[in-house]
Amino acid sequence: MERFHKTLADGVELVMTRTNQFKTGVFSVTLTVPLRADTATAYALIPDVLYRGSRNHPNMESLSAATDELYGASLGPAVRQRGESQCVGFQCSFIDDHYALDGMAVLEPAFALVGEILLDPYTENGVFYQDFVASEGSNLADRIAARVNDKRGWSIFRLVQEMCAQEAYAVDKLGDAQTARSMTARELWDHYQTLLRTSRVTFYYGGSADVERVEQAIACSFAPLLSARQAPVACQVVDRPQSGEVREVTDVLDVTQGKLSLGFRTGGVVVNHPQFAALLVCNALYGGTAHSKLFTNVREKMSLCYFASSMLDKAKGLMVVSSGVEFAKFGVAKEAILAQLDAIRQGDFTQEELEAAIRSVVNALVSRKDSQGLMEDDGVSTALSGGDPTRPDDLAQQVEQVTHADVVAVAQMLALDTIYYLTGEEG
Amino acid sequence: MELREYQLLGENIHRHCLENGLEILVDVRPEYAKQFAFFATRYGGMHLRFHNEDGHWVDTPAGVAHFLEHKMFDSEEGNVLQIMAANGAVDNAFTAAAITGYYFECTRGFEENLRTLLSFVTTPYFTEESVAKEQGIIAQEIRMCLDDPDVEVYYQLMEAMYQNHPVRVRVAGSEASIAQITPEVLYRCHEAFYRPDNMVLCVAGSVDPQRVVELAREIVTHTGGGVGQADLGQKEPVQVAQSYVQREMPVSVPVFELGVKGTPAPEGQELRQQLVGELVCDVLFGASAPLYTKLYEEGLINSSFGGDYESVPGCAYLMAGGESRDPKAVRDAVLAEAQRLCREGLDPELWERLKKAAYGSMVRRLNSLEDTCIELAQNYFRGEEYLNFPQCFQSIEWADARAMLEQWCVPERVALSVVCPVGTGNQERWD
Repeated sequence: MERFHKTLADGVELVMTRTNQFKTGVFSVTLTVPLRADTATAYALIPDVLYRGSRNHPNMESLSAATDELYGASLGPAVRQRGESQCVGFQCSFIDDHYALDGMAVLEPAFALVGEILLDPYTENGVFYQDFVASEGSNLADRIAARVNDKRGWSIFRLVQEMCAQEAYAVDKLGDAQTARSMTARELWDHYQTLLRTSRVTFYYGGSADVERVEQAIACSFAPLLSARQAPVACQVVDRPQSGEVREVTDVLDVTQGKLSLGFRTGGVVVNHPQFAALLVCNALYGGTAHSKLFTNVREKMSLCYFASSMLDKAKGLMVVSSGVEFAKFGVAKEAILAQLDAIRQGDFTQEELEAAIRSVVNALVSRKDSQGLMEDDGVSTALSGGDPTRPDDLAQQVEQVTHADVVAVAQMLALDTIYYLTGEEG
Repeated sequence: MELREYQLLGENIHRHCLENGLEILVDVRPEYAKQFAFFATRYGGMHLRFHNEDGHWVDTPAGVAHFLEHKMFDSEEGNVLQIMAANGAVDNAFTAAAITGYYFECTRGFEENLRTLLSFVTTPYFTEESVAKEQGIIAQEIRMCLDDPDVEVYYQLMEAMYQNHPVRVRVAGSEASIAQITPEVLYRCHEAFYRPDNMVLCVAGSVDPQRVVELAREIVTHTGGGVGQADLGQKEPVQVAQSYVQREMPVSVPVFELGVKGTPAPEGQELRQQLVGELVCDVLFGASAPLYTKLYEEGLINSSFGGDYESVPGCAYLMAGGESRDPKAVRDAVLAEAQRLCREGLDPELWERLKKAAYGSMVRRLNSLEDTCIELAQNYFRGEEYLNFPQCFQSIEWADARAMLEQWCVPERVALSVVCPVGTGNQERWD
């Protein structure tokens, strides 16, 4: 496996993983802009509208025929949030030339198809086709409205909205339903032009082709993007709770199981920070695995929660605990969850627990190399955060070195910011 | 140990059958960092009634296979999930109508993890207490599923399509059925179905196949005197039991599943029938077929719409579903499209394109060690060699798909299951 990272123009880069491990190649193009409430909806909507038709393939049937012809290439729009950036674009996976039964080259036509969809849309009167904008606007609004259906996801989403209310981070990467429904073809077209002109551009390719072939295919299909553009957006990292005291927020919904989520600031420890490896281990030990303190004690021994786990946002410096709890047990569950973290802060964990946590983090990091999708995500995220995407193994090595004292030190930097309750009972 | 080479796919499978009948399939992928192991038994939610060793029929309550899967994670040394997690491995299990599978993945300590997997799955350990505790946990899981429109619409369809075949029974059972489960029932079913000659071990990743066989031989030592035959109910009629079923639930838009009751494949033809069935789905409701775009543009379906071919021993069917404001119109359009295709035929270019796409997506699945192992196991249970699919594909022609469309897609074989918003049960459509 060989990794490459090249600048193609100011603000335009190519991240690449060359390997014969897979039967497919993965290609993506990501346009990154600051996440802002007044533009998020439009930027989230653009890839969906583009994906409805290009000049050469003006409807879904024709587009779908084009991907079928490429041995069922899977191609779709993607909207991601990385820190306080909104990343929109397309991801495509297609079989390696080697497995094409008729010996055709698949890579070049696949790149060309993505380029065509992104840069040469189907238009009417010089702007997007209004029907596409209206129907995708309504689909996007439905997706935003459907967030509430997944109660676990919703309770985390709401916690973060409350906790980071004053920060760009809280803006929904999908935008808001009302704007999505009322967007006109002309407005969206203007946003599209701005996006193409100003966004930072990241290309990713993983597969068996060499750099020259990939660069050549990009040059052929994405020429309009290969010009200088804006610098990356920094993410605002808030080291500790701003208000000084813990905030508590409660929502009432028609639910049978309560959800309790707790949001912590990591004291400025984010990806590329010297203590980041220790934070990963601390999270695994606390609530990241089936061997963690939350799982073993709060869920299994005390039977206080249906589930209880913790996760990190590595760009923003957040740790979130998510749990499912009976309404009557909110109070005890909260105390128990916090007590487990206090135990870590006081060094109350065994060498065996520490080693299990390290093993699980290393396992998770190392096995990402077996998934083209995860490698794409890592490659793009690392490039956007200013890290070196050609050295992903360094982190696993640092994790191996994490000591008992390192974990205690980083746990002591974690500060509780906001607690969110989702309950079915008024009052 | 036998080495099977699949040149079109660039894959090699090491195969070995232990003396006690345990089949072992190993797909060595030296470039992968992780190892994946899948240990499965040909036993699932539909195996409710079976012959035991002394020739008597045994009836068991619905949900035993799934219950057993949960309980296997208890060992005398503690919870296996936690033992594996402590060793850096991630493990889990699932139960379907015809299979129960246990698996783990790891990047280190593979042999130790494989030992744990082989040993916990073959060592039953149940107590009155632990069974009672599990009844509470599974009852809650069942109640959660009762709130899930996707699960409800599926089982409602199965009940409408099948009169006798136990595929119509919920894999998890009901609160009432699992209340009848005792340690004795669990021991008996474990003994009947968790026998080496009813099981398969599939491993993929950077492993030494010889070591896999050695470990299996060392740990899976028990033998079984042949597996009791399961009773899958009286002969199933060709037509569906009910053509339309509906219920109300808190959903914003009606959810539906359309089922086409097919004919099970003859012995040794299942892989081929599956590929034909998947192509028929692509032709009929796939995103690049004419009907999909038409229905999408008419607002009758949205991007949630999709369909597939499914089969278990004794039944085969096509299924398509999603959200719609007028599920009956979708059903009528699908039936009409099937008739039109039989009458007018299919553009040969479209057919070739759909075949290419279907082939490509099967090749893509081989990237995943998990998918590869599960397919290897399921196909072994059906007496098929999964990695023969490229040759199988090349032999399929439009006439095969047309024959399936003609025989299966007729009104008496079609059932429609709808879950509609509360208070709207007397409506014909939901505009």
